[in-house]
Amino acid sequence: MQKYSIFNLVKNAFSNHENWDLAWKDPTPKEEYDVVIIGGGGHGLATAYYLAKEHNITNVAIIEKGWIGGGNVGRNTTIIRSNYMHDENGLFSEFGMDLWRKMSQDLNYNVMFSPRGIINLAHSDAQMNAYARRGNSMRLNGIDAVLLNREQVKEIIPMADFSENVRFPIFGGLMQPSAGTARHDAVAWGYARQADSMGVDIIQNCEVTGFDVVAGKIKGIRTSRGNIKAKKVGICVAGSTNILAEKLNMTLPIETHLLQACVSEPVKPVLDNVVTFGAGHFYVSQSDKGEMVMGGDLDGYNSYAQRGNLPTLQHVLTEGIAMMPFLSKLKMLRTWGGIMDMSMDGSPIIDKTHIEGLYLNCGWCYGGFKATPASGWTFAHTIAQDRVHELNAGYSLNRFSTGNLIDEKGLGTKTWIS
Amino acid sequence: MLYINCPHCGMRSQNEFSYGGDASVKRPELNKEVSDQEWDDFVYNRKSLRGKHLELWQHISGCRQWIKVERDTSTHEIFRTFKADEKVA
Repeated sequence: MQKYSIFNLVKNAFSNHENWDLAWKDPTPKEEYDVVIIGGGGHGLATAYYLAKEHNITNVAIIEKGWIGGGNVGRNTTIIRSNYMHDENGLFSEFGMDLWRKMSQDLNYNVMFSPRGIINLAHSDAQMNAYARRGNSMRLNGIDAVLLNREQVKEIIPMADFSENVRFPIFGGLMQPSAGTARHDAVAWGYARQADSMGVDIIQNCEVTGFDVVAGKIKGIRTSRGNIKAKKVGICVAGSTNILAEKLNMTLPIETHLLQACVSEPVKPVLDNVVTFGAGHFYVSQSDKGEMVMGGDLDGYNSYAQRGNLPTLQHVLTEGIAMMPFLSKLKMLRTWGGIMDMSMDGSPIIDKTHIEGLYLNCGWCYGGFKATPASGWTFAHTIAQDRVHELNAGYSLNRFSTGNLIDEKGLGTKTWIS
Repeated sequence: MLYINCPHCGMRSQNEFSYGGDASVKRPELNKEVSDQEWDDFVYNRKSLRGKHLELWQHISGCRQWIKVERDTSTHEIFRTFKADEKVA
């Protein structure tokens, strides 16, 4: 594989950049693989990469229905953070933060990781107390957290509404300075390019239509491009999890819901951090191009549509304007939607299943993108070793029947409970 | 914008409604021994069908009645609506 470097950039400039290697190949599926990963999104690509890199398993195929990076890894709002209170989520995400910091060097691909900090705003004394508690829990897990008072928040984000007589006055906020953003497409492409170079087959436009399970053991998958035998199969398909589960006669603690995001017209730099509204569900950051990147609540009903509806967008942006009134002056550039695998406790599932050799990675709710490296790393470990790693031990499939839920926010699919 | 035909009030916009999830889920019978698996299926496990989906909505800013709605989860088309206790054929 050609290394991306300043030297190669200059060298290729002499041939008008026409002689670069393909970033990844377009192979036809082989008859058999050691591991098949279903889903060529961020998590699937990362899983294949870590299977090859950490476990030396390279006879791997990624089966993608559409094109890689066309699902949620290309539809999210690029936020990376580990500001969780519970150990399971905090330690898992902080492990991911380390991978994020090294990612551009590791993948030889600039993922534009920008640790600009995230601020969760508080709008009452009670919320400040809750944030102090969460911040302390984070620090006990080695995650950076700073509790800001009103004046400190005003210094960092003066454009927020600090006027008198507002419905939700800003009391302060909880900041994780090491959180940030990254370029989401580059993450998918970087993982794909490295996985491909280590021998992983990335098979696009190939839909999984069924599974071959014999005596409780996975034998292979059926696809729109023929049957593929596999010793192990990992399912990593986010919003399509329930569709594949149905083919396996599994019913999962997952509902598929619609989540929208939007960007404004680009403006000059105004917002340095990621900021979230504490009295509702709204978050905003400014992209490198100057667009304000915004998102918030689910549309609220089961959906596979990948396109949203206006009432939710209106509701979310009303919150945004309450928080930062200047947003009302901006024109909307684009809105889009993706389908989320909403788990019932709001935390993910990375686990083995009752079928031998079949592994499940789903339930990412609002936070799939930031989990990409840690999810891939732990899922690769779970598949390669046939046992969960301690980092994803809490993300078990049976926690719903055993009562070991991870109720970080206790949200899941029931958004109206918030 | 979805328009939902409330069987009590007529056609109204989705803003008046609140979603209640899969209407095919049945609570285990009272006074009966219930296994963990049955509770699990009632509380957590969902089919989350793609395509026709029978679901509960509440006309929260209208008559406040719970109703059933048959809706396509991939196109958002609404086919039929029913009163909560109405048999769905």
